[in-house]
Formats: sequence, C-alpha cells, structure tokens
Amino acid sequence: MLDFTILTNNWDMYVEGFKNTLLTSLLALIGSFLFGTLLAVFRIAPIKSLNWIGTIYVEFFRNIPLLIIAFTLYAGFPTLGIELDGFQAGTIALIIYTSAFISEAVRAGILSVHKGQTEAARSSGLTYIETMRYVVLPQAIKIVIPPLGNQFINLVKNSSILSVIAAGELMYQADLISARTYVVFDVYIIVALFYLVITLPLSYGVNYLEKRLAKSN
Amino acid sequence: MFKRKKRILSILLLAFTAVFMLTACGDKKDEESTGNDSKGKDALQTIKDNDKIVFGVKNDTNLFGLKNPSTGDIEGFDIDIAKEIAKSILGDASKAEFKEVTSKTRIPMLQNGDINAIVATMTITDERKKEVDFSDVYFKAGQALLVKKGSSIKSIDDITKKTKVIAVKGSTSTQNIREKAPEAQVLEFENYAEAFTALKAGKGDTLTTDNSILYGMADEDSNYNVVGDLFTDEPYGIAVKKGNTELVEAINKALTEMKDSGRYDEIYKQWIKLN
Amino acid sequence: MNFTGAFTPDHLKFLLEGFLVTLQVASIAIVFSFIIAAVIGIIRYAKIPVLAQILGVLVELIRNLPLLLIIFFIHFALPEVGIKFSIIMSAIIALTIFESAMLSEVIRSGLTSIHKGQIEAGRSSGLSYIQTLWHIVLPQALRRMVPPIVSQFISLLKDTSLAVVISLPELMHNANVINNQPGGDKFVMPIFILVALMYFIVNYTLSIIARRLELKTT
Repeated sequence: MLDFTILTNNWDMYVEGFKNTLLTSLLALIGSFLFGTLLAVFRIAPIKSLNWIGTIYVEFFRNIPLLIIAFTLYAGFPTLGIELDGFQAGTIALIIYTSAFISEAVRAGILSVHKGQTEAARSSGLTYIETMRYVVLPQAIKIVIPPLGNQFINLVKNSSILSVIAAGELMYQADLISARTYVVFDVYIIVALFYLVITLPLSYGVNYLEKRLAKSN
Repeated sequence: MFKRKKRILSILLLAFTAVFMLTACGDKKDEESTGNDSKGKDALQTIKDNDKIVFGVKNDTNLFGLKNPSTGDIEGFDIDIAKEIAKSILGDASKAEFKEVTSKTRIPMLQNGDINAIVATMTITDERKKEVDFSDVYFKAGQALLVKKGSSIKSIDDITKKTKVIAVKGSTSTQNIREKAPEAQVLEFENYAEAFTALKAGKGDTLTTDNSILYGMADEDSNYNVVGDLFTDEPYGIAVKKGNTELVEAINKALTEMKDSGRYDEIYKQWIKLN
Repeated sequence: MNFTGAFTPDHLKFLLEGFLVTLQVASIAIVFSFIIAAVIGIIRYAKIPVLAQILGVLVELIRNLPLLLIIFFIHFALPEVGIKFSIIMSAIIALTIFESAMLSEVIRSGLTSIHKGQIEAGRSSGLSYIQTLWHIVLPQALRRMVPPIVSQFISLLKDTSLAVVISLPELMHNANVINNQPGGDKFVMPIFILVALMYFIVNYTLSIIARRLELKTT
C-alpha cells in the first residue's frame, strides 16, 4: 500500500530533514532551558522590577502563536536591518516561545523546594544567588525533568512550523519531495513516521519518569 | 453543590449556543463539489451544471495575482484572463470564482477538486503534463535574474559557487537554475513575496524566476533590476485535471477569441509593462 | 517601519475579518473537541476492553505528531484516497482531531482524580456503575476540568494560525496578504506587532478567566 520507493529515492532529503529537526529542537531546548531558568529566577527574586519583567515576558509569549514570532524574526527583522536565515530565525523563535513555558515549569520546581531549606541556607551565610545555585536549583531540576521532556516533544513538533520559513527541517524536506514527485499522501505519512521515531520514545520516557517521581513522593 | 453544578452546565450550554449562532451566521456556505471526479463526466459539464468555474490563482504575485486587502479581491493578468474564460464558457465574467493557491498547493488542489483550473503563472512542462492537462500557451515568459542595481551579476554566466540564488519551492525555476548553474547555492522560499523580501534582506545575491514576475518586483522597488538574457522558455498554460479534453478545448477556444478580439492585448498592456 | 501606512482603516478591517475567522474556527473546534474528548476520556477511564486500547494508541499517535502536518495532510493528502473537505472544514477537522487527543488526556486525568472511595460509596448505596459515573464522578470532574479546557482553547486559538498553510483566510493569512502588497515590507513589523497584540489580548483575558475558575474550584 505505502510506496516505500518514495522513502528510498528521497532518503538523503529525509535524513537531512531529520538531522535539522533534531538539531534545531536540541539547540532550542538548551537555549530555552537556560533562558527559562533565568526568567523563573527573575519571577521569584526578591526584586519587584525583575518580577515584573519575568511576568510580562511569560504572559506575553505564552499567549501568542509561535508562527507570528517566527514570521516576525524572519520577515520582519530584515526590514529593521537584522538578517537571520530560516534556521537561525526559527531556532530563536522556538527559544523565545518555549522559554515562557519552561520558566513556568522551573518556577514550580523551585517553589516546591521547601522554604525552610532556603532560610537555613541564607542564615548559614550564603547569598541569595548562592542559595539558588547550590541549594534550590539542584533539587528543583529533578522535579523539572519530566516537564522538560514534554517541552522537548513540543519542540520537535513545533519545529515543523519552521518549514514555512525555509529552515530545511523534516516538514520542509517533505514539501520539496512532494513538489518534485507530485505525491502527497505517502510523502507525508513517511515524514510522520520520522517524527514519531523521535517523539514516541520521548513520550514513553517522560511517562516513566513521571510515574517514578509520583511513587518517590 | 447542586446549584453550582446547574450553573456551570448552563454557562457551558450558553457558550455552546453562542458559538453555534456566531458560526451559523458568519460561516459562508462552503462550495459544492467542483466535480470532475464523477465517472465519465467531463469537468466542463460540471462547470455548466454548477454555473460557475473555480480557478486556482496566486494571491502574492504582483501583476499576475495579488490580493487587495481593501476589497478582498485578487487582481492581475491571470485573474483577467480567467474572467474572460468564464465569460466565454458561461457567458458571464462574474461566474469565475477564485481560490488562492501557491506553487506548492496548486496541483494537489486541482487533483482534489478544490478548483477546476489553475491560472497561476504555471509553466507547461513534460513532467507536469503527466499529472495535468494544459491549455495552449497564454503567456510566454522566460527565466531571468533579478539583482540589486550595480550587482556584479550581469547574466547567468556570472553565477559562481559563492553565489546564493533565491528561488521558490516547487517552481520550475528552481530546477532550471540547478541545471544551468549547478555550482550555485539555491535557497528555496515559500512564495515570491518571501523570496523578494529575502533578496532585499541580502539573504541571497540574486533571485531567479520568470521575467514576468521579476518585472513586477522591479516595478515595486526601483533599486532592483532584471539582468541577462532569458535562459529558458517558460510558456504559461492553464492546467485542468487530466482527461478533461472538453474543458481544455473550451479554454483554448476562449483564448483564441480573446486574441482575435484584441481583448488579450488590452489585458496584456494593462498588467505587463516590460520596460 | 510605516505605522500610518500599515494601519489604514481597510487594513484594520481586513485583519479583524481574519480574526473573526480564527475565532469561529477555534470555537467550533473546541466544542467538537470537548465532545469527542469526553467520549474518549470516559471510554479510557472505564477501561472498556479493546476500544480503550485502540483509542489509547490513536491518542498517543496524534499527540506525538505536529499539528501542521495533520492540517496539511487532511487537506492535501486525504483527497488522494478519495476523502475531500473544503478549506474551512479541513481546518476544523484537523484542529478537532489534534485538540481532542490532547483534551481527552485532561478529561481522563480529571476523572482519575476523583477519589475511589466516592465511587465505592456510590456503588454500595445502590447506584449502577453508569449512574455513579453520571451523578457522582462526572459533575466533580467536570468542574475541575473547566480551567484546563479554557487553557486548551487558548492553545487552539494560537494553533489556528497554522491553517495558514492551507490558505484559510484567518488572521495570519490576512496579515501576510497585507505584507505582500507592493511596498508592503514597510508594513511587516507594525502589522505583526498588532497581530501579536490581538492574539495576546484575547488569550490573556481567557487565561485570567481560567485562573479565576481554578481558584473557585479548589
């Protein structure tokens, strides 16, 4: 039923897309984890102005479509003299968008660390930043791993949006293959399989971690 | 507790009905089938039965098919040609309906019956002839290069392996440039607007596609001009779903009538200003 | 940037028309998604043999695929096997399929969160399983689910922008049409900023409502 010559004839393009999807998702995961953690710290820091910056950022970017961030970076920024290629614009857009979600997860993780510990650390002479760095964040990370895994799945799925800005990932390659072969159904079923190869194992991993975490509590 | 349950339920119900009413009055009745997959019946008959003909046209191509946000209408050379065809087949230009397509979506939309015919700067090629049936040529174009004024690129011979060439996904120009200048780096974009924005943003050194479209871009921004001889023939044809010979004949007849009556030249002069 | 050129009455009207389509499509899709998700959620919660497993696999597959792929597939690939929908129907169906898979998990976990003791109490006081589900479990679960459903609606409003790939005349599409006008590159930033604000205002309002409901129910 499925014409697998589509896969074998266009193997290189699919693999190219697969690599780019993984690369942009991984880069975006690292970027948005770092940036999201910073935002989370902003939101709970004992400084009002930082709280506000963090809150405004998170509320704004959680409530607008990723597509508009990608289009703005890709088609809008050049009109301001800032040039980004599709891959760069797309990866940055993913980071901007996903940071807002990751910061919420990290914040929840931080808040779950008992207040008493923070107070103990502070009273034993650590600064706020040291307390965060050595006491709170290492514990929070454990709780944050499953939601991070979920965000990674979302990143892989969301990276498909990059196809509309010529970023060379899986969906973009599928568009090219489909335009050359005039086949739609099989081309996109195969590309769906490529996505599932990444997302299904991740999803099982996250489920497993969530269950283990629930048990240990 | 019982009261609250009732209240929540009634709020939900209210929301649902509100939504349905909103959609019921706002939703435009979506088209009946454009037919041409029903056995043995030529698309021409379906068009006559429905008393309308649905054309797939570009919405982002200056001079050929460009959507006007003030009116919501699409305007251009392709549109006027399509209207003439509707006039010839159904006796009334207003019986032409337009649906927006891109180079990527036009053949799938024709195959799935969304549209009866493609009038969307589509080049007749042998490869495409295996998928669709074409009318006679309705516009003769050729591939050229668009560059910023003063660029070192004067013709296709100036393209080196350092040259970044911008093209559009699914178009013949993409394939042609890979053949004629295999060393070039080709960047493919979703549509002409994005491709031109990319050129203006300096993402590539030159943009290649049919001269007709390039002139539209140069017309829009005088910092750019079209260079080099046409290095391909790009005869535009009107595509219909395979096997609809009667519809092809009717379209060809319309094209001949247009050319004989001088209407074709009028439309041509109105849109295409080749220098 | 050219704000005055970008924000003409015609352009603003055109953007509003697009936003109305976005709202309509998202509203219809959330209603259908909720109904379908409730059915799937209940079947999986009640562990109805075979059906529950099949639905479980389907939900897992759909949740792990990009929505963009599903939209494109419904409109352009299904006709190859003889299933054809108009643009707006394709958008609604694709969004409904995707969001009901997401929502069914919300509903299932809402049901699971109801204490087992209550079910046993219901059963031992003579109610049938269905009656227990209907009178005891569902009303409580439903109340807990309202906030996540509103959040899902926010996602839906954002996700509707993806239907731009099948030329649904929604907000993103209309923004692109304006930017494609000759000289439109000067409008790109103002238009995108305005469009982002339009999404933000509606979604932020919804998220505040969701939070209020959450406070009320807990």
